[in-house]
Amino acid sequence: MAMTLNDDQNMLRESARDFMASEAPVTHFRKFRDMGCKDGFSHGLWKQFAEMGFTGILIPEAEGGMGMGQIEAGIVLEEIGRNLSPSPFLTTSVAAVEALKLADKAMRDRWFPGILAGETVIGIAIEEGVKHRPEKIACVAERSGNGFRLTGQKQFVVQGTSSDMLIVAARTAGAVGETDGLTLFAVDKDAAGLSMEATRLVDSAMAAHVKLDGVQVNADAVIGDVDGGWAVLSKMLDAGRVGAAAEMVGVGTGAMDMTFDYLKTRKQFDRVIGEFQALQHRAAHLYGEMEGARSIVLKAQSLMDEGHAKAELYVAAAKAKAGLACNLAVREGVQMHGGIGMTDEYDIGLYMKRDRGLNEFFGDAYYHADRVATMNGY
Amino acid sequence: MSDLETFRAEARAWLEENCPAEMRTPAKGDEDVCWGGRNFVFQSEAQKLWLERCVAKGYTVPDWPKAYGGAGLSPQETKVLRQEMAKLGCRSPLNSFGIWMLGPALLKFGTEEQKVHYMGQIARGEIRWCQGYSEPGSGSDLVSMQTFGEDKGDHWVVNGQKIWTSYADKADWIFCLVRTDKTNKYQGISFLLFDMETPGVTTKPIKLISGNSPFCETFFDNVVVPKHQIVGELNRGWDVAKYLLGHEREMISGMGGDGGVTSIGAAMKAVLTEEPVLRAQMALFDVENLTFRAHGERFMDEWKTGKAHPAYSNLMKYVGTELNKKRNELVMSIGGTQALEWESERSNGGSKARNWLRTKANSIEGGTSEVMLNVVSKRILEMPGA
Repeated sequence: MAMTLNDDQNMLRESARDFMASEAPVTHFRKFRDMGCKDGFSHGLWKQFAEMGFTGILIPEAEGGMGMGQIEAGIVLEEIGRNLSPSPFLTTSVAAVEALKLADKAMRDRWFPGILAGETVIGIAIEEGVKHRPEKIACVAERSGNGFRLTGQKQFVVQGTSSDMLIVAARTAGAVGETDGLTLFAVDKDAAGLSMEATRLVDSAMAAHVKLDGVQVNADAVIGDVDGGWAVLSKMLDAGRVGAAAEMVGVGTGAMDMTFDYLKTRKQFDRVIGEFQALQHRAAHLYGEMEGARSIVLKAQSLMDEGHAKAELYVAAAKAKAGLACNLAVREGVQMHGGIGMTDEYDIGLYMKRDRGLNEFFGDAYYHADRVATMNGY
Repeated sequence: MSDLETFRAEARAWLEENCPAEMRTPAKGDEDVCWGGRNFVFQSEAQKLWLERCVAKGYTVPDWPKAYGGAGLSPQETKVLRQEMAKLGCRSPLNSFGIWMLGPALLKFGTEEQKVHYMGQIARGEIRWCQGYSEPGSGSDLVSMQTFGEDKGDHWVVNGQKIWTSYADKADWIFCLVRTDKTNKYQGISFLLFDMETPGVTTKPIKLISGNSPFCETFFDNVVVPKHQIVGELNRGWDVAKYLLGHEREMISGMGGDGGVTSIGAAMKAVLTEEPVLRAQMALFDVENLTFRAHGERFMDEWKTGKAHPAYSNLMKYVGTELNKKRNELVMSIGGTQALEWESERSNGGSKARNWLRTKANSIEGGTSEVMLNVVSKRILEMPGA
């Protein structure tokens, strides 16, 4: 396909851009941060997302959604990133929906309506250590009664305590380090033996440390195949990764635009500082990095939507590149803003914090560069 | 089957039938590449045959109109043809500054007569062209050039010197920037074409750090150029030159015959496995490389639909050339002491070292990286100041 957005996609971009700028701009984020909101996002805004059709953007049309692909989800995510709009969109409408699309009809019927209505939030309980290592999942699911008993712990479950259901990856067979033998479960938030400790992150998002102490689930809680969870997990992770990359394109572009505006207005030595070549060259270099990130993210999204064999490689490269470029944008942003870049009053620092969170989400740039090397045969 | 898929099948069938087996292997260095021209000596019968067949089909310049020696293919068809050539490993039948640079300028600025005559010669590989732009005192500040053409009624008499003229010693004709009005800096330059065998033209190769001499100094001593050999209007040659530099930047930034996405890491696995820091550098390079290829693809799609910023090729030139230098640094590091060998057959005549040194010019020729960043900053980002 052509590496440009079509008319429908451009229309979606415009409506998402208008919506986020008016309903969920940075002031909205600040308001919820400053009130110490336990969810870290507004349920009212999540409902508005639903009214716009965003929450079901990846849900098939036959099941009430918009039946769109990663490019369209990424368009919404870019605007979320640009405005730092806090919402469960990435975890619930992108990652969780991609996993649930591979679940049986009963499970989809149970969760899709709530997602479509903007009432349901789903947490992704994958991580067990401080770095993303999905193949090292040690959480155990033993057969018990008509289902399984889950024992273990999870970390960095974004919006965990606000979630109605957690998608938990656990080992039903095989050894730690193997991709075979994993199974994904839909675990209800009220399940006995499930406990969570909410913690606020640097970007004011809420995440949970989760304990699973012999949590009993029925066989129908399995998403996909028993022992074959890697297929579902990979699809969910790749959707989350390319989504996070798209959001980082938005965060980085937002930070970059704000910084370029500042270079054109701030005066020192009787000159607008954007006249200085030392800053112009860094600005132009940054622009090139962000343009590159935007391109590889679009390429990865379109390959995923095509079901192309190379999609996995490009998703890894896109997550890595978007992470590196967005990180450069926020670092240059704070530096070029000078002293006020260090103040809480100015927004640029908020972009720096959001970048850090997104860079860690589902594997950082180094993790994904390593995967690129492996997939490239060395 | 869509029209494009029908074309793909036809193109593939034609290539399979017409591209000789020897022309489906990579060229063995610069001497093995077909440049055409009056004095070109074919390296093999296959090379000659491949050129002749492509000329007959219009495939040396597939996207040029048929009247000027092309095949009249659409941009999409041209892309498909290149993809199919890459899949079969077909060499380019003809490399030429005429194809890459002069042709597009003639198409935009030339008269009908010039298009038929010069573009036809280029398409058939009959005339090899060189470019006379830079002068000893005019590098990044190209518009300060001094080579002067004195008006003598029906012709100019050109005096001056050019430098960094690629393959001037092998070229048949030159497209050359000549000052025709000393009172107007930008609108005092004309774009002239003339035969390198004209009396008064001499060339002197410049030996580079790679040990090779792809560039020359070119001297003009009372060279007579007839008036009809001008492209575009008198004193408006800078417009032609700028347009052409855009093409040169695309060409330099678009290096890598197979689309360039194939990693060089796999072939170096033994070294990379033992050196994790080097492997990490290679991995990060691959991320940048995949990014650049996707970026180039997006740029071309936006360019074709008129959505790209007119100065965007400057950005691609900057990113592409810096990336190519990085690639060659890695090739040298991975190659170790073997890559230091300068003459041996084992090292293919020091090809790694020579290529590595050659790439250092990528970010200088056709506009330095620093000038590219200036242009991006001012024209795309609209940063203030002169």
